[in-house]
Amino acid sequence: MKRAGFTTVWLPIALLLPQLMIIAIFFYWPAAWAVQSSFYLQDPFGFGSTFVGVENYTDLMTNTEYGKVARFTLIYTALVTFFSLSIALLLAVKADKVIKGAKSYRTLLMWVYAIAPPVAGFLGLMFFDQRNGPMTEMFQTLGWDFRLGADYNSTATAMVIVAVWKQIPVNFIFFLSGLQSIPKSVREAALIDNRSASGRFWDVTFPLLAPTAFFLLIINITYALFDTFGIIDTLVRSEPGNNPVTLVYKVFVDGFRGNDLGGSSAQSVILMVLVLLLTVFQFRLIERRIHYT
Amino acid sequence: MAQVTLDRVRKTYPNGFEAVQPCSVKIPDGELVVLVGPSGCGKSTLLRMIAGLEDITDGALSIGTDVVNDKDPADRNIAMVFQNYALYPHMSVAKNMGYGLKNRGASKAEIDAKVQEAARILNLGDYLDRRPSQLSGGQRQRVAMGRAIVRDPELFLFDEPLSNLDAKLRNQMRIEIRALQQRLGVTSVYVTHDQVEAMTMADRIIVLNAGRVEQIGTPTEIYEYPASTFVAGFMGAPPMNLLTAQIFEGALKLNEDTVLPITAPAGMGHKVLVGLRPEDVRLGGDGSVLFNVEIVEELGANRLLHGKLGGQDFSLSVGKDEAARTGVQPITLPVARVHFFDPDRGTRI
Ligand SMILES: Nc1ncnc2c1ncn2[C@@H]1O[C@H](COP(=O)(O)OP(=O)(O)O)[C@@H](O)[C@H]1O
Ligand SMILES: [Mg+2]
Repeated sequence: MKRAGFTTVWLPIALLLPQLMIIAIFFYWPAAWAVQSSFYLQDPFGFGSTFVGVENYTDLMTNTEYGKVARFTLIYTALVTFFSLSIALLLAVKADKVIKGAKSYRTLLMWVYAIAPPVAGFLGLMFFDQRNGPMTEMFQTLGWDFRLGADYNSTATAMVIVAVWKQIPVNFIFFLSGLQSIPKSVREAALIDNRSASGRFWDVTFPLLAPTAFFLLIINITYALFDTFGIIDTLVRSEPGNNPVTLVYKVFVDGFRGNDLGGSSAQSVILMVLVLLLTVFQFRLIERRIHYT
Repeated sequence: MAQVTLDRVRKTYPNGFEAVQPCSVKIPDGELVVLVGPSGCGKSTLLRMIAGLEDITDGALSIGTDVVNDKDPADRNIAMVFQNYALYPHMSVAKNMGYGLKNRGASKAEIDAKVQEAARILNLGDYLDRRPSQLSGGQRQRVAMGRAIVRDPELFLFDEPLSNLDAKLRNQMRIEIRALQQRLGVTSVYVTHDQVEAMTMADRIIVLNAGRVEQIGTPTEIYEYPASTFVAGFMGAPPMNLLTAQIFEGALKLNEDTVLPITAPAGMGHKVLVGLRPEDVRLGGDGSVLFNVEIVEELGANRLLHGKLGGQDFSLSVGKDEAARTGVQPITLPVARVHFFDPDRGTRI
């Protein structure tokens, strides 16, 4: 491989500077600030703060409310990730077989991707509206007294459905391009070697999609954990009450509604560590296992 | 093992393009048949129809005694070697070779035994645990061969299996594949655009041109009696000389000065194409035919002399010991080895 080089050190530094500054101002600085304030107890009226050490953290560990939110976040993330990946994969496998109209099909699915999370949440509100939402009516026909915003399970279901719906297009596009990058002749060789279509899928197609699937797995976990904030905020109408919320939403509620900046910062730090672990895990595994060429 | 019969097999692609015109061939049990022709003439299409990877538009295809038009590729008891090898990138060499057997319910011991045997034949014993990406082009080619022989098929199909290898490896693999095929005695269809591969490997050659079968025959038949100007020009390097001659009172005239000392075929109009293989023509002679040599091409084992005969392009080949120079010189034409073709239809007379 050919390596290009710079003759001076200043040019690369100058080129990197804007990017580094953005990262520093919008990430490292707030992150450092969060770490620092997680060791302090803020006065709710903004009159100074007291150093309390790790008390904010130990409080969280013993707080049953926090445990409940963490458990819900785990289930929510697992459900959103599972359904948005599996439905997208199913759609991609079907779309891969279609030759005519494949382009318009892809574009149509892609539109959903362009919708901002709060708008997706708002669309969700309409679908799950108490009086005339089609989804509410459907659940009611099925014998479920569906009440968005008032009943814990109803809200949780709506949150999962809207979040999944919003994420499917991204996964679909990645899966489809992954499928289309499998050499035609490899699939044909499998066609000669194995008469069962599902056997061919699990033995050949799916393993060759694994790098894509693994990348998407991490992306989807991150999405469910963090990027569904807008959807949740809209669906719970900014009134957490007895509605389910995720950890990220709780950071916001405790910090900005409850004015508990110290506790909220401690929660942020825990989430940062979680992301860090996910990232390390991703790179380790990608480098180790799922690389064929 | 089985004979393969194509009965007016035809292929029209969904866009209306007729890639293979009705084609009838009988491939005897155990023979290696080479499908040869220029790129885009429909070789792969024909082979893929035999494999079941492409629908047959019309006609009947039988492997053994069964018509297999509607059978899935996996049910045709065939094995195919692809141009880019089409190995499963996520499986080891051993798994690649054993995958087909596994799906037919073979026991693990049986698969192991067959894979080991194939690895021994193909010198792949040290590589069984490697992934395809960790192998050289030649080794991948061998794995593809191994995957084919492990299955013990009735029919081998090869689609330009050597075209991704360098020249030296290509010559070596050509011989190995031929030897292996003869040893196993499996009926084979081998697609190539390389006439040398066709001549050296085939029991029988099928020459395709623009979706049409031009000629079917043994390599000798094809070379000695090309059925058309297309076959004459395609098979053999350097290609056969084709001279347009006027028939004038039984003599063949290239122009006012040059009359060939060859008797014109009976029953022709006033024009005919005269085919002469470059290696059949000799330097020297009584001076009745003069060849104006413009270029001498050195090939090591022999030399090619290119120039004009009676104003038309002409080449001849001489051994490395013969003196060769440019300029006008007498030549002798092989009276017994002249080919005549219809100038309008290109068919042999
Ligand atoms: N799926 C297809 N649809 C339409 N035309 C095709 C298709 N596949 C191949 N062809 C055409 O059929 C002809 C024969 O193709 P192919 O059998 O691949 O040629 P070869 O293997 O001899 O180079 C070519 O002109 C090619 O463009
Ligand atoms: Mg081809």
